[in-house]
Amino acid sequence: MTISVAMTVNGKSVSGKVEARTLLVQFLREHLGMTGTHVGCDTSQCGACVVHVDGKSVKSCTMLAVQAEGSKVITIEGLAESADKLHPMQESFRENHALQCGFCTPGMVMSAIDMVKRHNYQLDEATVRRELEGNLCRCTGYHNIVKAILAAAPAMKSAGV
Amino acid sequence: MTAATGIGARVLRTEDKRFLTGTGRYVDDLPLARATHAYFLRSPHAHAKIKSIDTAAAKKMPGVVEIFTGKDTADAKVGGLICGWVVKGKDGQPHKSPPHPVMALDTVRYVGDTVAMVVANTADEAKDAAEAIKVDYDVKSANIDLARALDKGIPEVHPEAPGNLIYDWEIGVKADIDAAFAKAAHVTKLDLVNNRLIPNAMEPRAAAADYDKGTGNYTLWSTSQNPHVLRLILSAFVLGIPEHKLRVIAPDVGGGFGSKIFCYNEETMVTWAASRVGRPIKWTAERSESFMTDAHGRDHVTHAGLALDKDGKFLALRVDTIANMGAYLSTFSTAVPTYLYATLLAGQYTTPLIYANVRAALTHTAPVDAYRGAGRPEATFVIESLVSKAAAEMKIDAAELRRKNFIPSTAFPYQTPVALQYDSGNYPPIIDEAMKIADYKGFEARRAEAKSRGKLRGIGFSSYIEACGLGPSRVIGQLGGGVGQWESAQIKFNPTGNVQILTGAHSHGQSHETTFAQIVSDKLGVPIEAIEVVHGDTATTPFGMGSYGSRSLAVGGSAIMKAADKIIAKGKKIAAHLMEASVADVVFEQGTFKVAGTDKAVPLGAAVFAAYVPHNYPLEELEPGMDENAFYDPSNFVYPAGTQICEVEIDPDTGTVEVVAHTAVDDFGNIINPMIVDGQVHGGIVQGVGQALMENAVYDKATGQLVSGSYMDYTMPRADNVPSFKLGNKVTPCPHNPLGVKGCGEAGAIAAPAAVMNAVHNALAPLGVKHVEMPATPLNVWQSIQGAQPAAAE
Amino acid sequence: MYDFAYHRPKSLADALALLKGKPEGRVMSGGMTLIPTLKQRLAKPSDVVDLAGVKELAGIKVEGNNVVIGGMTRHADVATSADVKGAIPALAYLAGHIGDPQVRNRGTIGGSIANNDPAADYPAAVVALNATVTTNTGKHAADSFFKGLFETALGEGELVTSVSFPKAEKAAYMKFPNPASRYAMVGVFVAKTAGGVRVAVTGAGPSVFRVKAMEDALAKNFSSAAIKDIKIPADGLNSDIHGSAEYRAHLVGVMARRAVDAANK
Ligand SMILES: Cc1cc2nc3c(=O)[nH]c(=O)nc-3n(C[C@H](O)[C@H](O)[C@H](O)COP(=O)(O)OP(=O)(O)OC[C@H]3O[C@@H](n4cnc5c(N)ncnc54)[C@H](O)[C@@H]3O)c2cc1C
Ligand code: FES
Ligand code: FES
Repeated sequence: MTISVAMTVNGKSVSGKVEARTLLVQFLREHLGMTGTHVGCDTSQCGACVVHVDGKSVKSCTMLAVQAEGSKVITIEGLAESADKLHPMQESFRENHALQCGFCTPGMVMSAIDMVKRHNYQLDEATVRRELEGNLCRCTGYHNIVKAILAAAPAMKSAGV
Repeated sequence: MTAATGIGARVLRTEDKRFLTGTGRYVDDLPLARATHAYFLRSPHAHAKIKSIDTAAAKKMPGVVEIFTGKDTADAKVGGLICGWVVKGKDGQPHKSPPHPVMALDTVRYVGDTVAMVVANTADEAKDAAEAIKVDYDVKSANIDLARALDKGIPEVHPEAPGNLIYDWEIGVKADIDAAFAKAAHVTKLDLVNNRLIPNAMEPRAAAADYDKGTGNYTLWSTSQNPHVLRLILSAFVLGIPEHKLRVIAPDVGGGFGSKIFCYNEETMVTWAASRVGRPIKWTAERSESFMTDAHGRDHVTHAGLALDKDGKFLALRVDTIANMGAYLSTFSTAVPTYLYATLLAGQYTTPLIYANVRAALTHTAPVDAYRGAGRPEATFVIESLVSKAAAEMKIDAAELRRKNFIPSTAFPYQTPVALQYDSGNYPPIIDEAMKIADYKGFEARRAEAKSRGKLRGIGFSSYIEACGLGPSRVIGQLGGGVGQWESAQIKFNPTGNVQILTGAHSHGQSHETTFAQIVSDKLGVPIEAIEVVHGDTATTPFGMGSYGSRSLAVGGSAIMKAADKIIAKGKKIAAHLMEASVADVVFEQGTFKVAGTDKAVPLGAAVFAAYVPHNYPLEELEPGMDENAFYDPSNFVYPAGTQICEVEIDPDTGTVEVVAHTAVDDFGNIINPMIVDGQVHGGIVQGVGQALMENAVYDKATGQLVSGSYMDYTMPRADNVPSFKLGNKVTPCPHNPLGVKGCGEAGAIAAPAAVMNAVHNALAPLGVKHVEMPATPLNVWQSIQGAQPAAAE
Repeated sequence: MYDFAYHRPKSLADALALLKGKPEGRVMSGGMTLIPTLKQRLAKPSDVVDLAGVKELAGIKVEGNNVVIGGMTRHADVATSADVKGAIPALAYLAGHIGDPQVRNRGTIGGSIANNDPAADYPAAVVALNATVTTNTGKHAADSFFKGLFETALGEGELVTSVSFPKAEKAAYMKFPNPASRYAMVGVFVAKTAGGVRVAVTGAGPSVFRVKAMEDALAKNFSSAAIKDIKIPADGLNSDIHGSAEYRAHLVGVMARRAVDAANK
């Protein structure tokens, strides 16, 4: 079944014709060419595909494109204010060497931003580790990711994002 | 100017920006116009004869472009996949080498073996059609249990390897060992399993290929750690496409850990089929395919013994291992349990006699090959488990027993009884530092405190040695390796003074774009922003061997140093000409050529400009241009070493093991970027903790089904499974490479399993538990405690 | 995934009308189970009726002595609801330990209990608190709702509209997660309500079950000491690479004791 979908992605209105079975991640990657959101598993467990839909982090591999009809979607491509001004979470990942191969990174960053906001910019190490349950990284051993998120929380607060 | 970005500086990574903004380019991200999509139909059986394959109905499905089976590839004379390392057995004969067709011909040999390739307009359509292919199998009984794979009467995987034996190999003199054991004051024995792992780079394998009819050129984009080697194998052995007509590009690659070194059938097939289909073909593994078909790691069954004198001096080590090869020999599989394993069995110790017997066995399971550490984690696990067990049995402090047997710092270069000659090292300060960082002295107090909370706390050591930085080509050749093991580099100045470093190494997380730029920035005084590292494309980079075995910096970085030396040498000649001085008087300091004792100076940029605009230039003696190539073949391996100390707490009611502290102190020689090195260690430790406590590739012993075939059943370490780590380092520079560097990519994964398991055993000792097999899952630990309780109560 | 027809009704009546006469039609709430199932091609529905637009199904209300949670209420909303935290903190805790944050942002109570995965968390709470499951056709008592492995009392075209949980005097949930999937390998919900004490176990068997011996002992003395000698038979319990039946039986005891201790805090 072919369906028209329309949504806002990173502030821009987009639309397209998809099959009912088209996943949100496929819509982003294959229809919109936004390949920053990755696919790392087929059982909804790795978190490489995390985006924000209407302000909440979700796994875009476990949501149909049509389910996002009318929604506001934010992806990794939509975070940086400009080419030179990264989001504080992106900046903190860089400062703290929280990425190696970069494959898990988009999902990690999206989950991390959501986590900081849900916890009202106040996090401790144990909470960060628990909250990362849905994001796998095979490179960093998580050490620097945890550090980066803890450092980004106050930075996000003072930047008002 | 360069101090902040030179050797030793914590330079933030150049590659980060694209990864952080979603603009990295991995294989699956490629927009290929008119692309078709491939799906591979895989065997649901571990062992079966294919009676027939009927693709007629599938070919009529919507969107299907073409369907290929083993017969098509056989008719087209596509070669089989190769194993590139010849291991000679005790009998002097090369290993058995059964055929490895790119698609199954008449037999499938593991769950996941490739039966057909469907090419369709979309990936979903390809998958839809694959379901319509009818395969009639005659299911046979399978050989799954490694411990029994070499027994009589076990189903054979290939007739070319009778009794499933690929080789029976040994190192050392057995008779000497037997004598030493006979007269030893104490013998520690250990039977262990080195659990099978599935690499799980977060980016699944992917390949895309395009064929240009006009030129006859093929392009293959592959998630490869070594695009040149992949091209060489495909050209010379498998597809017969002339090397210059095949371009292999490994763009951004999302982790490899060994699993992306090898030449796989999917990338072979998409390349081969691209010319037949006449449109580009894309394939990306689903995670469940990665589980089934990526080359797995480890998988040994080992019996080992350590003989000691009454004071705890090691007299002899005896190791008997069966190593799983899976159903086919993967690219480097034969070398892993021999030259990368048994030659490491001296560890950090002066053990004078070592004997190892390794038998490689076929089973009806996925191929097994190098995975982070490749052989060395297995060796370290054997040695370090034995040493800690001996310490416990002899009631000697585990650190003390290690110290007693360390190779003294004055003994380097040190010839081990198992072929390697360690170039440098100083082990006692490493363990001292680790014990200080880990507060070893305070352990008993922590153990008592844990006990008051009902937890069993334990501490474990692991002192590893690693031979990496592969490797002297001559030695590799003598040992049966099929390729050279040098690395290449090209430093190419542009007329405006910025630089491209072209390397044959490949970065898939290792940060070459930063580290290599730091070397050149340091050496040539060029700001790091003006340097670009180019890798991963056979069309633009010089032939190189790729990245694995912690070789990129030690070998690839050394090639860059050599190329930089050539730049300086040429620059000196140009500068001498410009300054009207003698070349012998020109020195190069911080990016500028000077004549000692004068104020004459020519910045490197000016020399470069002169080389490209040679109006005032010694054209009679010197070619224009500033573009230098170097190949570096190391004279020895490099030998990083270190000690890890792990502390665990075990909940005896549930068997849950928690890593509460983990310290690693390493000697990686000189360090180019400490931030990047620490990151490599963190990642390695967690893979090691994963092996020790969580990860296990489990096949059903009767059916050969992969039980742990998804993240639902294969336990990946997550953020809440590990603590933050405490790291330290000591430096003994490598004496034989120009940077004085060793390698840091695998150390964490090599040392951690033994440290964790020794801590587990230490924690459980009061309950009378003698042995827990890896992985020490809650179930496994709880069962061990149950089994031990009667003994403890005695 | 096979393709299907997708519908997004705005009311329960529309949803039911859409499902009518479509034996292969399926409803979707959070999709956190349905979509992975479809991706693995384990199901081939003709139609998928998405309940996300049915506003009347979402939300949490306190009605007298009961907390009523709409079928489309997401796990994250239950976990953070002040009403739930106030009335039955153990239920909020349970919801906060289902899957990961992204799963909790989508998954719903209706989908979870309708699916009745043997390792799901919610069934333990529903049974231990003796909740009532309301559907478009009527009401089900907790004890008769969960029938067996992935089986419930729901009839053809019957949808979970809400679940009503009586407030508990004391309650706690202890989950021993499967190390790989993090679903419950053993989860024990212990509750002391006006109706008595109940101990419900998920993860260990083919479907949620109660432990009568523990309930009786706890009714007399609500302390972990009261149940320390009660052994759970391993017969019929689940067994896999992560836990044998014996291990699960043992864990039921451990988790039950810990739950009682937590409930008493
Ligand atoms: C990575 C991951 C981890 C998870 N971990 C856990 C865990 O630890 N514990 C746990 O309990 N669960 C876990 N889950 C499952 C999760 O809680 C699901 O959300 C839940 O089981 C199903 O809810 P849903 O709303 O997503 O249902 P859906 O996927 O939408 O539907 C599930 C099934 O129920 C049917 N259905 C849906 N709504 C209704 C209704 N109102 N009436 C009747 N039938 C209906 C559907 O037709 C379908 O058959 C996990 C899921 C994932 C992906
Ligand atoms: S791709 Fe793995 S969770 Fe979405
Ligand atoms: S950085 Fe490679 S998987 Fe996380």
